[in-house]
Amino acid sequence: MSVDEIKIGGMGASRRRVEDNRFIRGKGKYVDDVVLPGMLHMEILRADVAHARIKSIDTSAAWEVPGVRLVLTGETMAARNLAWMPTLSYDTQAVLATDKVRFQGQEVAAVIADDPYIAKDACAKIVVEYESLPVIVNPDQAAAPGAALIRDDKENQPTNKIFDWEIGDKAGTDRAFEEADVISTIDLHYPRSHPSPLEPCGSIADYDRATGKLTVYMTTQAPHIIRAAVAMVAELPEHQIRIISPDLGGGFGNKVPVYPGYVISILASILTERPVKWIEDKTGNLISTGFGRDVYLQGQMALRKDGKILGMRMHTISDHGAFFSDAQPTKFKIGLMHSTFACYDVPAAHLTSTGYYTNKAPGGVAYRCSFRVTEAMFFQERMMHAAANDLGMDQAEFRRVNLVKDDMFPYRTAFGFLTDSGQYDKCMQVGMEAIGYATFKEEQEEARKRGRLLGIGISTMTEPLGAGNSREYDILGIKMFDSAELRVHMSGKAILRTGAKTQGQGHETTWAQIVAHELGIPADDIVVEEGDTDTAPFGMGTYASRSTPVAGAAVAMAARKVRAKARKIAAHLLEVSEEDIEWELGRFYVRGNHDRGVTIQDCALAAYSNMPDGMEPGLENVSYYDPPNLTWPFAAYFCKVEVDPATGVWDVLNFVAVDDCGVRINPMIVEGQVMGGLTEAYAMANMQYITFDEAGNCIGSNYMDYLLPTAWETPGFELHEVVTPCPHHPIGAKGVGECATVAGPAAFVNAVMNAIEHTGVRNIDMPLQPNRVFEALQTGQDVSGMPPVRVE
Amino acid sequence: MYPSRFAYEAPTSLAEAIAILDRNGGEAKILAGGQSLVPMLKLRFAAPGTLVDINNIPGLSDHWLDKDGTLHIGALVRHEDLEFSTIIADSHPTIAAAAELVADPIVRTRGTFVGSVCHADPQGDWAATMVASGGQIIAQGPNGRRAIDVREFVLGPFTNALAYNEIAVEAVIPAATGTAKGGYLKLERRVGDFATASVAVNLDMHGDTVHRAGCALAGVGGRTIDANDAINGALKGKALTPENVEAAADAVAAMAEPRSDHRGSADYKRHIVKTFVSRILTNIANSEQKAA
Repeated sequence: MSVDEIKIGGMGASRRRVEDNRFIRGKGKYVDDVVLPGMLHMEILRADVAHARIKSIDTSAAWEVPGVRLVLTGETMAARNLAWMPTLSYDTQAVLATDKVRFQGQEVAAVIADDPYIAKDACAKIVVEYESLPVIVNPDQAAAPGAALIRDDKENQPTNKIFDWEIGDKAGTDRAFEEADVISTIDLHYPRSHPSPLEPCGSIADYDRATGKLTVYMTTQAPHIIRAAVAMVAELPEHQIRIISPDLGGGFGNKVPVYPGYVISILASILTERPVKWIEDKTGNLISTGFGRDVYLQGQMALRKDGKILGMRMHTISDHGAFFSDAQPTKFKIGLMHSTFACYDVPAAHLTSTGYYTNKAPGGVAYRCSFRVTEAMFFQERMMHAAANDLGMDQAEFRRVNLVKDDMFPYRTAFGFLTDSGQYDKCMQVGMEAIGYATFKEEQEEARKRGRLLGIGISTMTEPLGAGNSREYDILGIKMFDSAELRVHMSGKAILRTGAKTQGQGHETTWAQIVAHELGIPADDIVVEEGDTDTAPFGMGTYASRSTPVAGAAVAMAARKVRAKARKIAAHLLEVSEEDIEWELGRFYVRGNHDRGVTIQDCALAAYSNMPDGMEPGLENVSYYDPPNLTWPFAAYFCKVEVDPATGVWDVLNFVAVDDCGVRINPMIVEGQVMGGLTEAYAMANMQYITFDEAGNCIGSNYMDYLLPTAWETPGFELHEVVTPCPHHPIGAKGVGECATVAGPAAFVNAVMNAIEHTGVRNIDMPLQPNRVFEALQTGQDVSGMPPVRVE
Repeated sequence: MYPSRFAYEAPTSLAEAIAILDRNGGEAKILAGGQSLVPMLKLRFAAPGTLVDINNIPGLSDHWLDKDGTLHIGALVRHEDLEFSTIIADSHPTIAAAAELVADPIVRTRGTFVGSVCHADPQGDWAATMVASGGQIIAQGPNGRRAIDVREFVLGPFTNALAYNEIAVEAVIPAATGTAKGGYLKLERRVGDFATASVAVNLDMHGDTVHRAGCALAGVGGRTIDANDAINGALKGKALTPENVEAAADAVAAMAEPRSDHRGSADYKRHIVKTFVSRILTNIANSEQKAA
């Protein structure tokens, strides 16, 4: 008899996360838990100014602190051609500053000592003499005539502009605007934020001179990419480099890039011939590593009176900090910003983008969905909100008129993406029903008469998750596929390795469920390993919600190939021809004789003990999967708020999230992903941002200034599901990890705006702090840009 | 965390602790809950030569009411001891209201009331409740104990009146002569954020009439703002009518010295003060009506 799929922890089982057994017991093994014999400790001295020429660095007092083994500066790095390194966007980034510092927090020197206390004490004894330069903290300043040139190290870089880029049909879009009855405009800022994983970045480099082997324990979401980068930067042969990414305390995109600290620790280990541990502190993480957003978003929409969208224009001005180190597909300078409006039927669209250097930390990598999709969808849903108001049309109705209909798939967007599946209107209906949309307008009117301000905000979107396919997506030329290796032991237990890398998403749980679904082996019998480049097959790592769409697909394909071999073994064991073998979960049987069968475990044993003549022993497969397309999950979010007119404080009364991420492998994990994402979205809308003062001081360098949400103020969320399987994914799954972070912020902002826009206000830029909401209520005017740091 | 090097002492009696302080001549720092001190050590903003951990000293962990209703709070009473106290709701409603708004639930398990007052942060909640309630700090040193009115205890931002060899061993908060009423409201961007504005109101009611009114503000000036005279001038001898409440809210708001910053403009913060005074007093008036 076939096994019960839910009982064995297969597809659809809300199986408890197996990795939590060690996490909740404090038994996780993070980089900082690794202790190697003879290990030294490294501390980095960071610039306390944002833009200054380095006149001198005096390290003599640091060398004299007892226990100090090595002090490194840009000069020592430069002598080994390591003062600069390539970024993921074909720029260069300073490892240790040589000529000048370009942002506060930039790496200036490093001390390697017997313990971290000594290293920190000695760092404080390094004297750096700076000559101040004018500081640029936003694109306006960067573009101003006569602005100080930040990247004077580069040839052919006469200004602070990094790129101009465009996509779409300009002429067609212009025509749409000529035909429009109504033109709606919006002008937004998406503030800078930081992913701030609980565990900061760190590495332990261990170079063995006798074998020539370099082993690096590292906080990385993409160990194989890192190995390639290290081979390139350090000029070491790839087979002599082993990157091990152990348990990660969160990533959210922050742990994709190569950071100076990694490179410095590697050189320090080569020079000292000792393992060197570098663990960044929280402030170091917040002020120097990959941030998110920091984009100005300007848009116009051409509309027909009846609510049909005729065309849209978008212009983005992005602030990349001192080095262009976005992680994104090579050919798209502003990531997948052009995925904006992918869920709506828009005949013509045109996007222009300009990027600038500023004296701020580099990144633009993350946070829990970049490739700029987060900004694209926030823009889209704020634009939709404004357009519905300008048309005098109901927010839900306006969306339903323009959403791509079920029978239009596959649908080619104006910017050229191919969306392939969805039931957008069904999701809308589910959400409207749950939030009580039909009666809300009346409720809002009534409340207003009594001085209470209620609002509902809607955000709907489909987003491109699961980069690649390899035709269009690569990083540094490496195509964006992924891989899985499944090895079934003779007892029917198995080990699975993938090229992805879990950071808390639960791969160890869900990958085993995919194998259970394909082979009928209980999920508990399958161990999942990731993150060691010496043992795992090559993969591009985990970000962009690509694990399930790409590596997850590879897991299914590997399992299917194992099953194909097992079928041959089954035929041998049952003494029938392969054509006469039928499969049910966990078992092969003879067609027409259901009782005569063998289990997958029987086949596994035979693969090592009783294989057919001429068959290779063993039962394993390595599968590389290149997805035919991105996956396109859909989200419809409805947020209901009440604004206190006396204080500007807003409370979430109800939040309904309808997610269609295709087939759900582990519904509990999906729900956890959605809740986590909504929590971050709520924080973005409300409080979580990083800003800089005129001198380039980072305001948000610690948790007193950078407000992460807690369970205390985070509202509850009501989750619903609609399932439209992905047509090209082997198990019908789509990405989901980032949907809520992407679609969420606009729902909160639209809700607050809906509650107060009777005063005439059209926009409050995030964060919607109480004082900003109050100001808008009092004045009826927009509140734009970041909260001022200090006002004298 | 990698603080600067320090010596660590864990005395088991007050006398021993005071002797250590005395010996170190101002280079020692008391460690009670550590919720302000430890972050400062981590950031190396503070680098004391010696930490004197008083957590092993018996007799400092209780809070109790005298027969006359005076509240005593020992130096090791945690914020959450007051949050979950079963004895202060009626006698000291201002303290009770603030207890669940201090910092965040995690900090409240470790941080201490007395330590917070000693820290003298202008945004501190407890100092405001102490000022509004007319509280005192009991300091003990080599020459014995002395009581210091909280308004003379907090000398300025992060500065208190303790001598280098004195320990704040207790806070004392007087009882109402009639019925105690009060409230505490705080606007913060997130739990645990420094307050945008906080208001402590403490009333001693004789029937429907205010016998004494106390008020203090946090987060809206370079120090805890003493608004006792302002509120008392508006309410003493009067009932909590809407007109009187309005007058009191205006008088208190005029005392605020807010600065514009990323939490809001000076005008906004002053408006919040006024709104909060009005809300606390209106709540008290409404509950009086219900009781009657």
